[in-house]
Amino acid sequence: MSIWALRGLRDGVVTTRWPRRADEYADAWRGPVTVIGDADAQDVDGLCPTGAIEVAGQVRVDQGKCILCGRCVAQRPDLFAWSAGATGPDAAALTREALVIPHIAETDEAVAGGRPPPGAARTAALRRSVHVRHVDAGSDGSEEWEIQALPGPVYDVHRLGVFFTASPRHADVLLVTGAGSPGMAGPLRTTYDGMPDPRVVIAVGTDAISGGLLGDRLTGVAGAVPVDVFVPGSPPSPFGILNALLIATGKLR
Amino acid sequence: MTVTSTEPAVAALRDALTARTDRGDRFAGLFAARRGDTVTLSAHVAAPGRIDTLEAELPPDATEYPSLTPAIGAAFWYERLIHDQTGIVPEGHPRLAPLIKPGDPLPRHVAGYGLFTIPHGPVRSGVLESMEYLVETPGEAIPHLNMRIFYKHRGIAARFAGMAVPDGVLLAERAEGIASIAHALAYCHAVEAIAGCEIPRGAALLRVVHAELERIANHLDVAVRLADAAGLAVATARFALHKERVLRLVSALCGSRFGRGVVVPGGIAAFPRKRPAEILAELAPLEQQVSTDMRALLGTSSFLDRLRGTGPLTPARAREHGALGPIGKASGYADDARLTRPYDGYPALPSAEPGTHKAGDALARLRVRAEEITQAFGLIRLALSDFPERTRLTPRVPCHPGTGRATGWAEAPQGEVLYDVTVEDGRISHCQPRSASFHNLVLMHEVFAGDILTDFPFIEASFGLSAAGAAL
Repeated sequence: MSIWALRGLRDGVVTTRWPRRADEYADAWRGPVTVIGDADAQDVDGLCPTGAIEVAGQVRVDQGKCILCGRCVAQRPDLFAWSAGATGPDAAALTREALVIPHIAETDEAVAGGRPPPGAARTAALRRSVHVRHVDAGSDGSEEWEIQALPGPVYDVHRLGVFFTASPRHADVLLVTGAGSPGMAGPLRTTYDGMPDPRVVIAVGTDAISGGLLGDRLTGVAGAVPVDVFVPGSPPSPFGILNALLIATGKLR
Repeated sequence: MTVTSTEPAVAALRDALTARTDRGDRFAGLFAARRGDTVTLSAHVAAPGRIDTLEAELPPDATEYPSLTPAIGAAFWYERLIHDQTGIVPEGHPRLAPLIKPGDPLPRHVAGYGLFTIPHGPVRSGVLESMEYLVETPGEAIPHLNMRIFYKHRGIAARFAGMAVPDGVLLAERAEGIASIAHALAYCHAVEAIAGCEIPRGAALLRVVHAELERIANHLDVAVRLADAAGLAVATARFALHKERVLRLVSALCGSRFGRGVVVPGGIAAFPRKRPAEILAELAPLEQQVSTDMRALLGTSSFLDRLRGTGPLTPARAREHGALGPIGKASGYADDARLTRPYDGYPALPSAEPGTHKAGDALARLRVRAEEITQAFGLIRLALSDFPERTRLTPRVPCHPGTGRATGWAEAPQGEVLYDVTVEDGRISHCQPRSASFHNLVLMHEVFAGDILTDFPFIEASFGLSAAGAAL
């Protein structure tokens, strides 16, 4: 056993300093597509396999539907670009509408009006003891890997006072992944109902937000539980999920 | 093989299948597809160098057919799936309960004083995919285990129908997210076979690089889960660190930590953002660290005690079922598609012979994965050091399949993935994926002989399967 004690010291500290300091990997992350131009946008119909691109007067991208295939960026670099960075206020949204880029006017006002994050307002009292329960509602399995990375040595959420718990009775935050398979609607609701107030729900990944590629029959998890924070991505990076956890609990604005 | 009356067609299919498996070929799947009015049973048989599809057409009004499971045991779950999807009853099936449709919990299999059922799931106690294990136990031993996988059924196969061929690969990548590359490869191999296109050499080698990186990440994930189950905190952290480094390397190559968007019909989407020499320079220290930590793990006696003899699958059962991937190899049954039906860059690379394992326990499965990690690093090194000058290369060739049907395959970290794809006028009319997770998971029923409740996490982790891939 002593061999492991020595091995544990091998690489020194590998844990990120984020959010106290910037993290190179988080900043270099390639996020969902954003709109950079508004030129002639007649021929973008059918470009997006999930229909995330809307052309109604102005070209908009619904990041809640973006699966990051990059087809639009490759074909119309004048209109579309990857958003940069896995963290920050833009990497998670507090309303479904806020994922539509560029924002529709009234959403902009609501955000600019300094509306307090509703989830964070409820959970401010939790301070440095936030317990998280995860439920897979029909994911492809990749989101679970990214959430599993969080207690690991690189992200180490324990340092931020975030802990994973088995029982919904102990949980403050519900991380939901997956497109919302019919079989999980009941267990998801039961888990949510088992949580004490205050509670916050985070929809992790494009599948959980809109169903992604399965969006024609599965439409995400918002129909089963009230979602407070949306994290787009297919899957989102561990930094993106951590960012959302901190936003949802008022540790980050 | 098309006969109008049900019985003879299915009987002929059964006889053909048993004749093939008796000869040493492997039963690789059985599905039903409704084309117009008729339902056709398609069975896949793996032979050296190819996968054959044998068919039996049921009459238009068929409501039942004689079950194949009594003759071909491995068809057990496939026929439950067929029943769920088509409503047609495989007459004589030993336990025709719903599999991907919700249904009442199965009646208890064993009965007696003091026996009770512990449900694990569908919401599991850790961050895990949703599925339900119903453990029937008198308190310690596990005389029987039931599994219910319908919770995660998303209708992937049905979603494929009507998609454009280039969009299909995006869905394949999300069928079993932790094996995105393997699913994309199997899908693309099928459509490339229909289109008759040959992918460029550089793309073939880079597909190998990504497939092997995916294998390393998955096998490291199994090591993390096993070390975690044994309470080895440092080993858990070490392997989690290695896995994170592999995923970061993959994202540095293509932007996605799961290699999504890399594989496209006709080749790869783009060349990696790093040059081969840079990738090799990054891999060398990682390989060294993984191998020393793996050696330490396989030398930690308190850990080995938990794995040795745990969850044994006998070689006879592995062969009979056609157990795929590391589970088959650990029980002395190896049918690695990279060796027996090589594709992409694999024919050009020297093939590593699989080690011989017979124990079939959780330890043997970890040893197989440790060997595969070493081989994977070796394959990546060879593929990249042999990499042709980039300036003379194209990443892909045009691939426009018109009309046709083909089966594509690839060796995922969990074992062989199959895609039976039919394309009509450039659109997918039918696509049936089959993951190794689906084929192998049913074997979990059989490996609890003598094991107790605390062995459960080791056995589950040592299988290394994905619920998403099983339920699709």
